[in-house]
Amino acid sequence: MNLRKYPTVYKKFLHTSLASELEYKTNILIDLITAILSLVGSIFLLSIFFQNNGSIGGWKFEQALIIQAIYTILNGITNTWFNPNLTEIVKHIREGTLDFVLLKPIDSQFFISLKKINPSGFLEIMLGFLLLFFCIKINQINLNLSFLTLSFITISCSICILYSLWFFISTTTIWFVKTWNAIEVLRSFLYVGRFPLNSFSFSLRIFFSVFIPIAFITTIPSEVFLGLSVLWKILLEVIVATVFLITSRKFWLFALKFYSSASS
Amino acid sequence: MLEYRVEIALWAISGIIPFFMLNIWTNNNLNESINISDIMLSRYFLCAFFVRQFSVVWVVFSFEEDSLMGKVSPYLIQPLNPFFRYFAQHIAEQITRFPFALIIAFFFFIFNPESIWIPNLGILLLSLVSTFLSFLIQFLIQSIVACLCFWTEKASSIERLLFIPTLFLSGLLAPVVSFPAYVKSWIYLTPFPYLIDFPANLLSGNETNISGGLSMQILWIFLLFPLFKKIWSEGTKKYTAMGS
Repeated sequence: MNLRKYPTVYKKFLHTSLASELEYKTNILIDLITAILSLVGSIFLLSIFFQNNGSIGGWKFEQALIIQAIYTILNGITNTWFNPNLTEIVKHIREGTLDFVLLKPIDSQFFISLKKINPSGFLEIMLGFLLLFFCIKINQINLNLSFLTLSFITISCSICILYSLWFFISTTTIWFVKTWNAIEVLRSFLYVGRFPLNSFSFSLRIFFSVFIPIAFITTIPSEVFLGLSVLWKILLEVIVATVFLITSRKFWLFALKFYSSASS
Repeated sequence: MLEYRVEIALWAISGIIPFFMLNIWTNNNLNESINISDIMLSRYFLCAFFVRQFSVVWVVFSFEEDSLMGKVSPYLIQPLNPFFRYFAQHIAEQITRFPFALIIAFFFFIFNPESIWIPNLGILLLSLVSTFLSFLIQFLIQSIVACLCFWTEKASSIERLLFIPTLFLSGLLAPVVSFPAYVKSWIYLTPFPYLIDFPANLLSGNETNISGGLSMQILWIFLLFPLFKKIWSEGTKKYTAMGS
C-alpha cells in the first residue's frame, strides 16, 4: 500500500466538500450564531451553579471555564469531521453504496471517516480556542514547553477517543441499519463532558470513566492546564486512547464481514 | 411504530440529561440556595424528563427531508394539510414511548426510593393538558420553521439555532426558579418556561401559578397558530416542485 497517496486524496476530499458546503453560505452564518449561543448558554448554566457556591467538585468558576473551552473545541471537531462523515456511513449502508467505497483501492475506514468536512465547525473550534486563551490569562497559567506538549498529547488522545466512540456506533449500522438514535444517546452522554467529573456522585463518576470514558475526554486535559494532573492519569489516557483506536479499527474490519449490501 | 422498539428505547435513554443535572445539583448541595429540598428537586427533574419525552418535536427534520426529496407535492394535492400527517406520527410515537419512559422512571425510583409520590388525579390531568399544550407550542414553532423550507433549503439549521434557547431556558437543565433575577424578569414573557418548567412544576407538586401558566400556554398557541397559517399559505404559493 502506498501511503503517499493519502495526503493527495485528502486534499481532493477537502476541496470537493468545501466547495459543496460553501454553497450554503447563510447556513454557515446560522451555525456560527448557534455555536456562540450554545457557549453563552452553557456559561449561563455554569454561572447558575456557581451563583451561591464558591466551588463545585473542587473546581472554581474560572477553572470550570477551561472545561467549557476544551469541550467547545472538541465539539467543533466533532461537527467538522465526525458528524458529517459518520452520518454518511448510515446512508452508505442503507442505500448499498458502501459497495463502491469498498471497491476503491484505498482504505475504507480512511475514506468514510474523512470524506466530508463541515466548515462551520471551524468557527466553533476558534471560539473554543479564544475562550481557552482567555482562561489561560485569568488563571495565570504560564506556558512552557512541557506544559504545551502534555496538553497537546492529552487533547489528541481525547480526539482519538471521541473519534473511536463515534466510529464504533456508526459501524453498528451494518447490523441495525438505523442508528440515528444511538448517535443521539452518545450525544447526550457526551454532554456530561461540559462539567468537571468530580461534580458527579461516586457511582456516576465510575460509570463515566469505565463504561463511557467521557471523564478522559475533557477532565484530564483541563487538569493538565491547571497543573493538577498526575502522570499516571495522562499515561492512562494514552493507553485508553490507543485501545479505543485499535478496537474501533478491529471492529470495523469485523463488521465488514457481515456486510451484505442492500437487497442481497 | 412498534417495529422500531429499539430505536424508541434509545430515544427514551437519550433524554436522561435531566438526571445528570439532578446529580450535579444534589451532589454539590446547590439546591440549598434556592430553597428546594433534595426530594422536591429530584421529583422536578423526573417530571422534566417526562414532559420532555412527551413534548419532543422533530417535524422540521421530516418536512425538510420530504421537501428536498420532492415528496411534498403529492401531499399538497390531498385535501388535508400535510402537517396533520406529521402530527399523527408524533402522537403515535409518544404513545409507543410511554412504556419505556415508565421503565426509566421505575429505575429512577429504585435509586431514589424517598422521592416516590402520587400526584392527585386533578393535578395529573392538568399536567397532562399542559404537557400537551407544551407539545402544541413546540409543534407550531417547528412547523413555522419547517415552512421556511419553501424559501431556503436547509431549515433545520434554523431549528438547531432555536433549540439552544429552548435547551437552556426551558428548565430542562436547571429549574427556572434558580435563574438569576435579571433573567427571571423577562423570561416569563417568552414561551420557553412553559415548555418544560411549568408542566414539570405542576406535576411534581412544586410551587407554580397554575392558571397563569395555562393561560400563557394558550395565549402562545393563539399567537402562533395564525402565524403558521399565514406562512403556510405564503409558502405553498411560492412552492415549485423539484425540477419545475
